[in-house]
Amino acid sequence: MIVWIVLFPLIGAVINGLLFASGLWKKALGGDEHTENSITNIIGCGAVLISAIISTYYFVQLLSLDPSERQIIQELFVWIPSGEFTVSFEFLFDTLSCVMALIITWIGFLIHIYSIGYMHHDKAYAKYFTYLNIFVFFMLILVLGNNFPLMFVGWEGVGLASFLLIGFWYEDTEKAYAGRKAFIVNRIGDFGFILGIFLIFFIFGSVNYQEVFGMALDASFMSAVPAAVITAIGLLLFVGAVGKSAQIPLYVWLPDAMAGPTPVSALIHAATMVTAGAYMMARCNVFYSQSPTAQMIVVSIAAFTALLAASIALTQNDIKKVLAYSTVSQLGYMFMAIGVGAYAAGLFHLVTHAFFKALLFLGSGSVIHVLSGEQDIRKMGGLRKLIPITAITFLVGTLAIAGVPFLSGFFSKDEILAALYDRGYTIHWIIALITVVLTALYMLRVYLLTFEGKTRVSDSIKRYIHESPYTMTIPLMVLAALSILGGYIGVPDFMGKVVGLHDTNLFEHFVSSSILIDNAKEVGHHLFGHWALVGFSIGGAALGIIIAFYFYYIKPSAPEKVAKDIEPLYEASLNKWYVDELYDYIFVQPFSYISRKASDFDIHYIDGSVNGIANIVKEMALTLQTAQTGVIRSYATLMAIGAAVILILIVLL
Amino acid sequence: MNVSIEHYLILSAILFVIGAYGIIARKNLIIVLMSLELMLNSANLAFVAFSRALGDMTGHVFMIMSITVAAAEVAVGLALLVSIYSHRETLDIDVLKILKG
Repeated sequence: MIVWIVLFPLIGAVINGLLFASGLWKKALGGDEHTENSITNIIGCGAVLISAIISTYYFVQLLSLDPSERQIIQELFVWIPSGEFTVSFEFLFDTLSCVMALIITWIGFLIHIYSIGYMHHDKAYAKYFTYLNIFVFFMLILVLGNNFPLMFVGWEGVGLASFLLIGFWYEDTEKAYAGRKAFIVNRIGDFGFILGIFLIFFIFGSVNYQEVFGMALDASFMSAVPAAVITAIGLLLFVGAVGKSAQIPLYVWLPDAMAGPTPVSALIHAATMVTAGAYMMARCNVFYSQSPTAQMIVVSIAAFTALLAASIALTQNDIKKVLAYSTVSQLGYMFMAIGVGAYAAGLFHLVTHAFFKALLFLGSGSVIHVLSGEQDIRKMGGLRKLIPITAITFLVGTLAIAGVPFLSGFFSKDEILAALYDRGYTIHWIIALITVVLTALYMLRVYLLTFEGKTRVSDSIKRYIHESPYTMTIPLMVLAALSILGGYIGVPDFMGKVVGLHDTNLFEHFVSSSILIDNAKEVGHHLFGHWALVGFSIGGAALGIIIAFYFYYIKPSAPEKVAKDIEPLYEASLNKWYVDELYDYIFVQPFSYISRKASDFDIHYIDGSVNGIANIVKEMALTLQTAQTGVIRSYATLMAIGAAVILILIVLL
Repeated sequence: MNVSIEHYLILSAILFVIGAYGIIARKNLIIVLMSLELMLNSANLAFVAFSRALGDMTGHVFMIMSITVAAAEVAVGLALLVSIYSHRETLDIDVLKILKG
């Protein structure tokens, strides 16, 4: 039963929410906080672990099936029966959702474990685990749903969970605002996404994956559909992905989302939720493969995003901000791959990125934890000797993301670069290559400034520094191992042949049954072969690492000098290219101006007229009130006079 | 002298006006109640007079009805007076004006 994968986190959330977060347990049974937190842990982590085990079970099941029919569908009931529009509540477990489900549940489980240590002192401990389980539940709905409305439910649900967790420490107004910003920016993307779903229903008359994609593959059906419509569907869905996966122009919420607890940043804003857009577009590969225009736009936006975000990450001083911009940049890589039709490469990078970015975020969380909340890398340094496990695992993550050979990031990034070059997107390839250099540079900068060199931590804090508890370091070590070994599931075939490991790219082969149109055909002749491309990406990474070493290890005074030499550029990068200010000026200010005017109109004219009528009635009533003297004699007199008048009138008329 | 219906009606009207005057002019609640009785009985008189003049017994029936109800009304009215007096220690209707709006 696939549904149990989804249900267990929900059950966990319900139990934790009703029993512990609500305070019911404490009220009914008393008991100390320690027991309560232990039960919360077991329920929260256990629910995700069970999901993970069931996902793994189905993964094994999939492997035993013939590659061409690797999908398990489970229909529960008809959800929305409405004339021609029927939506079933059904789950699809194919190779694509399998990859996502495994990532979500297993990495989710590790991050749940990590949270036990990280959130140890928080007073809303049970509430945190409730939210985290709710997130896992909705994320699994998103990836396992077998139709667009169900995906949309998950899509909105993870948005909600993200909002709740970003604003988890809502007493701090700024953090509450960050949650709100994420929610509002995502709404813009969701608007495009739902329009895309409407258009799909309008054209194909269904929202079920098998039916829609079946028709989209049918040449006789497609000949009647204008190419512009397919492009429109592709672009509208991409708008949704842009919002959720933080691409230009809607990426601004992700760096602010770092206001949430660090494990949340790792789980939601690095490993899983933000990759939902990439998943959705890989799922809809049929549309993109049939629309070169949409592909071109996707690749261009993605390449620009990758470069811009990397250039911002270069100068940020908040350790989590660097990682956030790095995530935006890496998501750009995924979208580049999906844009050129190399869906497997994009998904592969999604997987490896989930490993090393979760590792980096958890590592940064460990640093923040031991420094009691300090996030500024200028106030760190020399931490390697004090917290060696964190330092070494962080270094592994850094090297993996930088693309150092034989680590996971190397294989996936290399495949994307090769895909870009092979399919003739040379300009995008060059941009991606520059981004490789920048990635290595900014990640090494963070590592060197945080863990190497002389310490800049104040002595008062330094005395209390000790390595994080096991609940935190074990997930770090597991993720570090995955970051090293995770790449070997997708070794490109030309490399595999040399080593004699395996002839085909295992990962690509596995997901290929979900990629309905494989337009991997290579265009034109190439100046560079496979190995030359690998050389380029290694060279790029090496260049970045060397620059970083020179600047931040050998000659720490150099960065300041360079920053002075190119001050306008440095300032612009430090201030995130003033994009937030620009949006504020173009959208927020005019909008709040209009809102203020509308509010004035409402207060003065609409409320005014309503209150005016009420006032008139009140005045009249007050005037008439004087007739009520309370003296019976005057009533009697008036009654007598009235009766007399009526009689006279009857007699006279 | 032949007593015709006009005489009865004139007497009834005189009694009614005396009663109405009593209600309007007098301050004591007991007098007001008595004036009210007077007005009721003037109406009863008119009923009977019409009944006799028209040879229809309906008026009689109404009068009997009215007297019965009036007796009940007096009982309730006097009970109210007693309780008002015990609360407020006055029966002056110019003082008893808590219904002022």
